[in-house]
Amino acid sequence: MLRRLTLLSAGLVVAAGMGSPAFAYMVYVSNEKDNTVTVVDSTTMQVVRTIDVGQRPRGITISHDGKFIYLCASDDDTIEIIDTATSEIVGTLPSGPDPELFVLSPDGQTLYVANEDDNLVTVIDLESKSVAMEVPVGVEPEGMGISPDGKSLVNTSETTNMAHFIDTETHEITDNILVDARPRFAEFKPDNSEVWVSAEIGGTVSVIDNASREVKHKITFEIPGLRAEAIQPVGVRITADGKKAYVALGPANRVAVVNAETYEVEKYVLVGQRVWQLAFTPDQKTIISTNGVSNDITFIDVATDEAVQSVTVGALPWGVVVSPN
Amino acid sequence: MPRFLILFISALLAVPSLSGAVAQESSPGPAEKTATAKQVLEIKLGYLRAYAPQLALSVLDVPPRDEGVAGAKVAIGDNNTTGRFLGQKFTLDVSEVKPDADVVPAFTDMMSKGVLYILADLSAAQLLSIADLARDRGILIFNVGSTDDRLREEDCRANVFHTAPTRTMLADGLAQYLIWKQWRRWVLAYGSHEPDKLFADALRRAATRFGGEIVAQKEFTDTGTARRTDTGVVQIQRQMPVFTQNFPDHDVLLVADESEVFGSYVPFRTWIPRPVAGTAGLIPSAWHPASEQWGGTQIQNRFAKANGRRMLSKDMAAWTAARIVGDAATRTQSADPEKLAAFIRADDFSIAAFKGQRLTFRRWNWQLRQPIFLGDGRSVVSTSPQEGFLHQVSELDTLGIDQSETQCALQ
Repeated sequence: MLRRLTLLSAGLVVAAGMGSPAFAYMVYVSNEKDNTVTVVDSTTMQVVRTIDVGQRPRGITISHDGKFIYLCASDDDTIEIIDTATSEIVGTLPSGPDPELFVLSPDGQTLYVANEDDNLVTVIDLESKSVAMEVPVGVEPEGMGISPDGKSLVNTSETTNMAHFIDTETHEITDNILVDARPRFAEFKPDNSEVWVSAEIGGTVSVIDNASREVKHKITFEIPGLRAEAIQPVGVRITADGKKAYVALGPANRVAVVNAETYEVEKYVLVGQRVWQLAFTPDQKTIISTNGVSNDITFIDVATDEAVQSVTVGALPWGVVVSPN
Repeated sequence: MPRFLILFISALLAVPSLSGAVAQESSPGPAEKTATAKQVLEIKLGYLRAYAPQLALSVLDVPPRDEGVAGAKVAIGDNNTTGRFLGQKFTLDVSEVKPDADVVPAFTDMMSKGVLYILADLSAAQLLSIADLARDRGILIFNVGSTDDRLREEDCRANVFHTAPTRTMLADGLAQYLIWKQWRRWVLAYGSHEPDKLFADALRRAATRFGGEIVAQKEFTDTGTARRTDTGVVQIQRQMPVFTQNFPDHDVLLVADESEVFGSYVPFRTWIPRPVAGTAGLIPSAWHPASEQWGGTQIQNRFAKANGRRMLSKDMAAWTAARIVGDAATRTQSADPEKLAAFIRADDFSIAAFKGQRLTFRRWNWQLRQPIFLGDGRSVVSTSPQEGFLHQVSELDTLGIDQSETQCALQ
């Protein structure tokens, strides 16, 4: 462990010294249509390998130590555990039916899963690989966000149109906040102050104050030449310094860059067709989008907010996660 | 005497202060905390339908007993899941009459139970017989069954909303696809009953609108034969080629047979090999039982689990109508019919219904704008509006009679 840490910091020093992302991360992309995960090297931006997985892979995340990928195999009603060293599926988790999205607790011990068909959030203890609790929520739970302090979980329900705040100690719902139609994703600010909830059909992002649990601002998007119905916000990511947010706009084929302090949209970055999910590299120099209909992912430079390169992956890329090391 | 008066006054004073305290507690707090068992608001919906068993050429096309009602029930369940967080409870009262019967007694009965939102699966005449009675009592009607354009045109009503599409919307959705395919030469075979003729009219209008050409047309007269017999197929195999023999060359054979007299017999039995579309072959509809796009898998699974069958167009129209009431109650956090009606009528009202974009009402006749599915019996082939059919307000307004052509004057 110590040796690993030393190596890691040495690597970071080298990377910092060169002023470029010389340190390679692995980008894992779930391809909903062809039942694979594509692994892309973040430095060379080339496909390293393709892993065969269960049916209809969607939500994807990685353990904090980078050893295991957790993947929702929606049509197999299970969560698969993939060993990143061997690319083998080494186990499954009892997810409940049709798992779509989940979030890992900051301590890495618990996985919170949205079960679309059962109006439930399933709490899975990773050590025992068992269901610890089920929390009934609204109709079609999807988006899952957890506060960095680990205290509050937010689930969005797509037909109820609410953000449900769940206390992670008691597993009780404490607040139900109405947002716009088809909320898809919830993302907390790094300082726990706000949670941003995207509404795909409503076309907005609601900024909810975490202290008062009220919608304090609604972000809207306008792109010249595009009809309003085509702007469908899904994935949201906020930088570690809390200053900038990225919002994937679905069939608008763009990622919006939002000033996270003033809520002004500063730029629209053209990526690929039907952009849904986003992930930062751990150094936050790059953000990667999954473009479902064009079967590719796009690397966006966070410093300039320019699209750097698109890489073809599998069929209908859905989710994306980047290795922490 | 003065003592009594003082008591009385203090009692009076106590009331507003008490209610003030309640209001103070409930207004800023989160919904979960305010919703106690005592405060549950009940919102009553009704489902009024004309029903008689129907025959179909294929036994697979016989309408299920609970067609439409099943969709409304799933929506009531969805509304109640949401209502649980807000202290709202939704109920559905279902009432049936015969297709040509007087519907007023059933309507009056429903009204006496306090129903303020009625989902109607009725004929145009039946619906019109209750529309004005409903308006005078602040009742909103949602037409989930009738595709008659006249209910949105000369016979439109200010309190009747339509979640079912019209025949012109369906025909335009189909025509756009045929034009996109560059299959422009059509022949039209239509049935002899009124609904068949209305759909044939809608197809003719669509041809004019989008540049299709109907090069020949022919009526198939219903002579009152049985829909299905043991050996009927033998005769049909000879009848259909003969019926279609004299058509000039064409790209597509259009069929307008809502009455199920001959339409399903046409595909694969034509004189020359041509695709069939309309009420048989490639069929335009408000929903398709195999649609899984745009989150459709979830409603399909929920529906199938609850009802043991696939979801049909009328189920979706009813689901959408009941969800509109539910969403209005959720967002206004109220059961006040005036508030709900104002919310539904507002400029920015929209509803999500698994069709890839928000659906809004045409404010000039309260028709719900919606994409039209084109499917064969098994799967969705395409969804209209097709790419390239543009409109200054909404591309969905390329489907059906537009505002500039409407005969509706809401009252």
